[in-house]
Amino acid sequence: MSAVDPGVADTRGRTHGRVYWLLADCWNIVRRGLTAYQRQPVMIAWQLGFPILSVLLYGYVFGSAMRVPGDGDYRDFLMPGMFVMTMAFGFINTATIVVYDSTKGVIDRFRSMPMASSAVVAGRGVTDLIVACAELAIMMLTAFAMGWRPDGGWGFLAAFGLLLWLRFALIWIGVWLGLIVPNPEAAGGLFAVAFPLTMISSIFVAPGLMPDWLGHVAAWNPVSSTAAATRELFGTSVGGGDSWVEQHALLMAGVWPVVLTAIFLPLAVRRFQKLSG
Amino acid sequence: MTDGYAVRAEGLRKRYGDKLALDGFDLAVREGTVHGLLGPNGAGKTTAVRILATLLRLDGGRATVAGLDVARQPREVRARIGLTGQYAAVDEVLTGRQNLEMFGRLFHLGGKRARLRAAELLERFDLTEAADKGVGKYSGGMRRRLDLAASMILAPAVLYLDEPTTGLDPRGRGEVWEAVRTLVAGGTTVLLTTQYLEEADRLAARVTVIDQGRAIADDTPDGLKSRVGGDRIEVVVAERSDVPRAVQVVARVADGEPEVQETELRVHAPVTDRVAALTEVARTLQDDGVRVEDIGLRRPSLDDVFLRLTGHRTDGADRTDPAELSRKREAAV
Repeated sequence: MSAVDPGVADTRGRTHGRVYWLLADCWNIVRRGLTAYQRQPVMIAWQLGFPILSVLLYGYVFGSAMRVPGDGDYRDFLMPGMFVMTMAFGFINTATIVVYDSTKGVIDRFRSMPMASSAVVAGRGVTDLIVACAELAIMMLTAFAMGWRPDGGWGFLAAFGLLLWLRFALIWIGVWLGLIVPNPEAAGGLFAVAFPLTMISSIFVAPGLMPDWLGHVAAWNPVSSTAAATRELFGTSVGGGDSWVEQHALLMAGVWPVVLTAIFLPLAVRRFQKLSG
Repeated sequence: MTDGYAVRAEGLRKRYGDKLALDGFDLAVREGTVHGLLGPNGAGKTTAVRILATLLRLDGGRATVAGLDVARQPREVRARIGLTGQYAAVDEVLTGRQNLEMFGRLFHLGGKRARLRAAELLERFDLTEAADKGVGKYSGGMRRRLDLAASMILAPAVLYLDEPTTGLDPRGRGEVWEAVRTLVAGGTTVLLTTQYLEEADRLAARVTVIDQGRAIADDTPDGLKSRVGGDRIEVVVAERSDVPRAVQVVARVADGEPEVQETELRVHAPVTDRVAALTEVARTLQDDGVRVEDIGLRRPSLDDVFLRLTGHRTDGADRTDPAELSRKREAAV
């Protein structure tokens, strides 16, 4: 037996303290997530190709036929919506990886190790945010190439931050669903749920153009607030409505993710703890 | 502190809803041995292992691993155990080496030692050649070996193997058995769950039989088999009138009284010198002109052990262990 002192985890844990190991464990989980992308170029292509394709497709196909209230440019309306949609669909990525890890016993292995178990989830979240940054950057460049000209400066950074803020909140929905969904195939089915949820919003069409009742639902959809707020911050504010929630898009784009996190973070944590019956 | 036992469980209870997965389960595993935990699907094997691996909370009873209480000192226990579940818990996308290095870092070895340890384990589990290939391209046996290697990163005092060969072909099974033997030679204590008496027989020094959440026997594999009567010779004749003659012939080679199933014209009895008995019976019956429909040797199966110990067969369908059920859902993946 090649000897590695079995007590090694303990002693090193003591010299460094809990916070150090939580961060170190978290970073190792992030590294694992990023290595997976690096080893699967197809996954990167899909992950980044889909947003590019969406921007091109919706921009050119819908862009030529759609209109917005007032006399704005539909592409100015659409682009922030596309960014929001990509962030919104992100929870499916989170869920898919979590369901894979939990059904293949990888999470059990982590839990049977002397590591910080919260790092499993936290590391997943950080990985997803890094990937989200890459997605946003690629989409924005594509949009730029198509003639989208946002304001620069703080407004731009704030918009970027709000998009990540939404993505952050959706991590918990993804983790929660990933621990509930029975297998990776079923996780693919989440698209069927996510698609209408993102369509009934102000992502593609201004709620004001929808039938009254549907317009209300769309306006109160959390992703609508982020879409409207980022349009405002990018300086391409078009197609805004005059209901209270549409008038307070910036506020609500900050509040909605707090609400979602407040609901789904505890649910995800409880589900994770429930693994130990 | 451990008084020679690596694992001790006393009166373990685990309830899922109104079902008792474990109902006063006892277990004692001696240090440095392979201990088999044998039982049908749904008997509570996986639940027991998951409790001993700190993955599940227990509802009652007490368990210690390497002298540490699983409920009160889970972190300390985790630094001393390895776990290989029914599905190879490795990242399919990463290479074998990347997997082991990642787990090594998560075991807090630090980057350099994690790399060294990974190389060492790859060598030992005969995976060096495939080390830099994605695990997705590994065979079932290789995957399981990598999984074993990952459980061995800290050279744990106790290693749990939950049905390590389920779903493997005979070659993969042989590979895993070989790897387990090497581990035990190095001093690791192994708790192995299995549905196969043969596997317990090959690897384990002692076997606990579990049924409906309780240990119903604890013995050496030979002791268990002798309770069932060991190997049996079995003859089925074509004519009812030949049955008495068959009984006579079988009795000559048998270790015990032959049993007769009249309706099936079947005569069977325990034997020790298996092949000699078979040839002797076959030849004698042929010389006597008895028409034989079927003749053969039967090793006792888990079913036989169960039938003898519990009086019922191993059809676990009506009392499925929820922990195993949730894993079955995963098996479909």
